[in-house]
Amino acid sequence: MTAQAIKRVFVNPLWLAIPGILFLLVFFVYPVCSLLLLSVTDPDTGQWAVKSYTRILNTDVYLRVLGITFRIAAQTACLSLIIAYPLAYWVASLPERVRNKALLLIIIPFWTSYLVKTFAWMIMLGRMGVINSILIGAELVKEPLPLLHNEFGVLVGMVHTMVPLAVMTMLPVMTSIDRRLISAAQTLGASPSKAFWLVYFKLSLPGVTAGGLLVFISSLGFFIVPAFLGGRQQTMLAQLIITQVSELLNWSFAGALSVMMLVTTLTAVFFYDLIFGISSIAGKEGSESSHSKIRIFGLQILEFISTAANILSQLSRVILGGYVTERLLAVFAWLIIGFLIMPTLLVIPIGFTKSEFLEFPPPGYSLRWFETYFNSALWLTATSRSFIVAFLAACLATAFGAGTALALAKSSSRWAGFIFGFFLAPMIVPRIVIAVGMFYLFARIGLVASNAGLVIGHTVLSLPFTVVTIGAILKTYDMRLDQAASTLGANRVRTLIHITLPVIKGGLIAAFLFAFITSFDELTVAIFISGGLATTLPKQMWDDMILQLNPTLAAVSTVVLIVVTLLLLIAERFRKNTIS
Amino acid sequence: MAIDHQTSVLPPKLRIDGLAKRYGNFTALEPTQLEVHSGEFLTLLGPSGSGKTTLLQLVCGLVDASEGSIFIDGIEQSNVPVHRRDIGLVFQHYALFPHLTVSENIGFPLKMRGVPDSQIKTRVNTALEMVHLGSLANRFPKELSGGQQQRVALARCFVYQPSIILMDEPLGALDKKLRDQMQIEIKRLHRESGATIIYVTHDQEEALALSDRICLMNHARIEQIGTPREIYMNPCSAFAADFIGISNILRGSIQIDQNRNSWLVTSYGRFLLPAGVSKEMVSGAVVVRPEHLTFDATSPNTLRATVRDLVYAGSETRVIATLDDGQDVIVRQPPDIEVPGRGSSITLGWQAERAVVIP
Repeated sequence: MTAQAIKRVFVNPLWLAIPGILFLLVFFVYPVCSLLLLSVTDPDTGQWAVKSYTRILNTDVYLRVLGITFRIAAQTACLSLIIAYPLAYWVASLPERVRNKALLLIIIPFWTSYLVKTFAWMIMLGRMGVINSILIGAELVKEPLPLLHNEFGVLVGMVHTMVPLAVMTMLPVMTSIDRRLISAAQTLGASPSKAFWLVYFKLSLPGVTAGGLLVFISSLGFFIVPAFLGGRQQTMLAQLIITQVSELLNWSFAGALSVMMLVTTLTAVFFYDLIFGISSIAGKEGSESSHSKIRIFGLQILEFISTAANILSQLSRVILGGYVTERLLAVFAWLIIGFLIMPTLLVIPIGFTKSEFLEFPPPGYSLRWFETYFNSALWLTATSRSFIVAFLAACLATAFGAGTALALAKSSSRWAGFIFGFFLAPMIVPRIVIAVGMFYLFARIGLVASNAGLVIGHTVLSLPFTVVTIGAILKTYDMRLDQAASTLGANRVRTLIHITLPVIKGGLIAAFLFAFITSFDELTVAIFISGGLATTLPKQMWDDMILQLNPTLAAVSTVVLIVVTLLLLIAERFRKNTIS
Repeated sequence: MAIDHQTSVLPPKLRIDGLAKRYGNFTALEPTQLEVHSGEFLTLLGPSGSGKTTLLQLVCGLVDASEGSIFIDGIEQSNVPVHRRDIGLVFQHYALFPHLTVSENIGFPLKMRGVPDSQIKTRVNTALEMVHLGSLANRFPKELSGGQQQRVALARCFVYQPSIILMDEPLGALDKKLRDQMQIEIKRLHRESGATIIYVTHDQEEALALSDRICLMNHARIEQIGTPREIYMNPCSAFAADFIGISNILRGSIQIDQNRNSWLVTSYGRFLLPAGVSKEMVSGAVVVRPEHLTFDATSPNTLRATVRDLVYAGSETRVIATLDDGQDVIVRQPPDIEVPGRGSSITLGWQAERAVVIP
């Protein structure tokens, strides 16, 4: 190697990504791979065996669960898209200053703990829940409607959690669409609904497909919602894996089920890419050929839809009048925002109830359940453990994330795209697969039921968030500042310390807080890694929810809700200030 | 000649009557009157924020008027939605649909009008030939250069022969050389199609080169309207004089002597004004174009100055001279004339009837 070549290797900015890469290799890639290996190993003899897979194939309950998982995920994805699209469209069409405020109404439910959201729906949908009480009170029904422990309950819960994700994925695509194209279409003779379908909708499709895919693969790994809102008929794959590991300790079989889940996810991604092209997720436009049959066919379908929509909108104008028709979208959007926020807000008054039961409205108010919470050593140690673990995990994830984001921003290497994808992988691979793999690894090196184990696990899961957040800030960072600093005599390290880091400080804080929240209400890893006395707040909530619903849970949920929302608002402020 | 005869009988192509636009307390356009004749090329010229784009958007219906009305061929347009107004708009950044090919973009307005597919094909091809883009029919907009995209935008507008074509700074994003080329192109399209065109620009050279008439706008209202020659020769205000061409403006008070001649009294001296100055005017300014200033000390109006800079511009030489109080005047001389060197004191003169008096 020539001196120059050596120099080039050493000053390559990709070095900054090395710590993060090593961390992920050891605590993400290795555990997941060894879990996959485990699935083809005989648990008794240690030989190669496909016993677990034959068992899956020969027991139709597993295939049925796979089918249910697939069906519920697909239904969730479709419903979420249908609900999220008009909402995202409405938010995107708001003037920029109002848009950021409206966006908070979607970001807050996005980050609200799954457990709190699910708990809220249990209160809403139960036999004596809020909805049934209202319906019976208004004498609309005589018997309580069966809303919980069935497919309806699961879908409500799943869609409620996934709509914010769908909106957040579609929004960047929508806001980047040049609104003048709509004006152009109209001056060229297209009616408003034709202009929308033929131009805007077509251009927003990459966002729709990306949103659909993300919702679908996230739904595949769900277990909280089906466990509490569904019945036996809605058992999903992740629930089976949890049972195999924590109750039956059947590693090999849990591994095989995990492989099934991973393969399902990857297959979904593959077919999605084949049909829609996910390159759009990465923001790259697909290179369509102008004569491609699929393209022409797609345009014809849109043509058809637009004609139908045109008739529909004219009908609506005749029936409802122009005034109402023009406001339908805003009304719909506010209804959805209400659907996203109201159930969780309902938890707060119940936390202050004086009753023994989860009644709504509470018969009277008291602080007794908060007293129970603050006087219980179990809850308090769980809470403080969650704070400590979240703080440490956020520190680690921010450090690794900053290094990686800096490396990617400064590097023009062809590896950069690959490395970025690698860091996003913990978001794509189902959490349950990561968690089981980690459990298996930690069990052998004595990290189970330890804070260190939790911190490592949560760092892996929050890394994608920090890389994305810091990366987005660095995109707005003017790299010429670094060049200016070096012409003024600063070396690389001093440039980093005195120029780059202070300028992107807000982004680092935002990333830290996002990582903190991710860890603070993380349950999947905690279910396995935090055992016995070393439990975290979400794990303690999960245990309580399985055992017995009680108003203490509402009090705890209130605390979690407030902590997470506050941190989130602070994070958003830092993120925005840095960008502007 | 037959056409000329018709225009005198028919209502104007576009008539704007008391049209105004306000956003809360902000006035984007004061009540405005304007008539555009069939086949005319009218330019809305003015600095940014002068209301020209607002006027354009009102005409095509993208913005609703606060008051006033718009007539196309004598028919009121207030209740006609954008897509039913027979208007073409060429956008500043082209607004080509990125998901459609060049020929699909051009065919779009025909398709919206329910033209049969077979006809669309031939008309699109004709339009493509018109802008010399026949070979690029199946490309996507992002595969074209800026100039080519602009041609597509023009073809997309001319293809359905709207009764009025509006152009919003269509050449703003192009470099100088391409802009000159496209100006010639637009002029040719106008001549060949006989379309009525309203063109928005802030570039006075472009306005002078293209227009039948220029509508000069400032502070949300029309400052002056007329042929390029009329505005250049007879600016109605300091703004008009300054915005179109280069002007030397000298301010002072107006006096009338016993011979009924008007004089402008300034700190640089007393200048004879052209005949016909209103008797009511007590103060004002005189506008002298750089090409009307000479080094002739025998002129009735003379001005003492010091040469500060010389700019050789090929077809002419510009002399920038400073008056006693620091104001600059600019003189244009043909390149073959010897000009005084930097720092030399000079006397400039002009013929009274060459100057224009403004308030």
